[in-house]
Amino acid sequence: MKLSYFPGCTLKTKAKELDFYARKCAEVLGITLEEIENWQCCGGVFTTAKTEIATKLSSVRALKDAKAKEQALVTVCSACHNVIKQTNHAMQTDAEFASKVNNYMAPEEAYNGETAVYHYLEMLRDLVGFDAIKEKVVNPLSGKKIAAYYGCLLLRPNSVMRMDDPENPKIMEDFIRAIGAEPVIYPYRNECCGGYITLESPALSKKKSNTVSESAQNAGAELMVTACPLCRYNLVKNGSEIPVVYFTELLAEALGVKEAGNE
Amino acid sequence: MNKANENLREEIIRMSGVNPKKCMRCGKCSATCPAFDEMEYHPHQFVNMVESGDIEPLLNSDSLYKCLSCFACIERCPRSVEPAKLVEAVRLSVIRRQGENHLTANDIPALIDDEMPQQAIVSAFRKYTK
Ligand code: SF4
Ligand code: SF4
Repeated sequence: MKLSYFPGCTLKTKAKELDFYARKCAEVLGITLEEIENWQCCGGVFTTAKTEIATKLSSVRALKDAKAKEQALVTVCSACHNVIKQTNHAMQTDAEFASKVNNYMAPEEAYNGETAVYHYLEMLRDLVGFDAIKEKVVNPLSGKKIAAYYGCLLLRPNSVMRMDDPENPKIMEDFIRAIGAEPVIYPYRNECCGGYITLESPALSKKKSNTVSESAQNAGAELMVTACPLCRYNLVKNGSEIPVVYFTELLAEALGVKEAGNE
Repeated sequence: MNKANENLREEIIRMSGVNPKKCMRCGKCSATCPAFDEMEYHPHQFVNMVESGDIEPLLNSDSLYKCLSCFACIERCPRSVEPAKLVEAVRLSVIRRQGENHLTANDIPALIDDEMPQQAIVSAFRKYTK
C-alpha cells in the first residue's frame, strides 16, 4: 500500500527519530510512505478564524498533491495532523473559504477536501490493524507500564478530528497493548502541556507539564509516550521524572528494527 | 454601543463564526481552561463581553496571548459556543494592525534553547504575529 506522507518541519530537525522510525516501521508493516514533494510547514497551530486564508495554503497544497496521486495523506506529528485535518474540514464544509482558496491557487481541478487524512496511529489501527501488528512483534515490551499522552491536538476538536472518544480515548492504549506492554490510565492524559506558551510564559508551561507528568507517575507509569515533539519537549524540559519517548521509537523496538539506528 | 464598537463586534463575530448569544453562562469553558490562572479575562468573559460590545478591555489585555489553543473550551462547551474562536478573532483584530505584533524575530534568540522544537517557534509566530 502506498500513502502520501507529510513529515513537517520538526520531524526533519529536532524530532528526527519520530520520522525515521515511522518510515522504518511502515516498511515492515507493508506500507510505503511517499513524501510529498516540496511540502511546506503547516504552521504548527490551526487558526480558527474564517478570514485566515494564506496561512492555510500549505496544508491545502499537500492535500491536493495527495489527491493527484489518489492516495490518503499520513502525518505523524500531532500538530501537523491537527492543522491539516482542520484545514481539510474547512475545505469540505466552508464554501466561502474553499472558493477563496481555489481562486487564489487556481488549480486545474478545484480541491474541495477529497483527500482522506490519517494520523499514523489511525493508519496502524484502521489500515494495518493492531492484531496484524501484534503478529509482527518480535520483541514484545512485556511488563512495561506505559502512559499514553494524548495532549490536545490528536483529539480536539472531536467534531473534526474524529480519531477517538475525546474524553476517554483508547487508540494509544490499544497500540501499547499491541506491542506487548501495559497501558496506564491517568487523569491528565488529554490535558494541555502548555504548548507554545513555553515562549510566552515558561512558568505556565512548567505548571501544566508537571501536572501531566506527575499524574502519569502517580498512576504507576515508568514511561510516557507521545506523538508530539512540543509535548515531549515541555514534559522533559520541565523535569518529568520518567522518560518521555515517541510512539514510533517503541514500535521500532517491538518490531525489532530499532538497532538499525537513527541515520 | 457606539458605531466603532458595533463594527468591531460584527467583524469579530463574522471572523470567528461564533454566536455568543448561545452562551448560557455556565462557566464550564473557564473551569476547563488550562490558562485560567494567568488570564485577566477568562473564556466565558470573552463571550459575554463580545456579546455586550465591551470589547475595548479585551483588545488591551494580555489574556489574548495566554490562550494555548488547546481546544478544551471548544470541545467541552455544552452549547457549542466555542469561546477560543472569539479569543482568536479578538487577538487577530489587534495583531493584524500595523506595528502590533506581539512577537518579533528579534525576540526569539532570548527565548529559545537548543532542545526547543521548531514547532514551538512557528506556532508562537502564528498566534502572536501577522
Ligand atoms: S461553556 Fe459555553 S455556555 Fe458555558 S459559559 Fe462557556 S461559552 Fe457559555
Ligand atoms: S483554547 Fe484557549 S481559552 Fe480555550 S480552554 Fe484552551 S487555553 Fe483556554
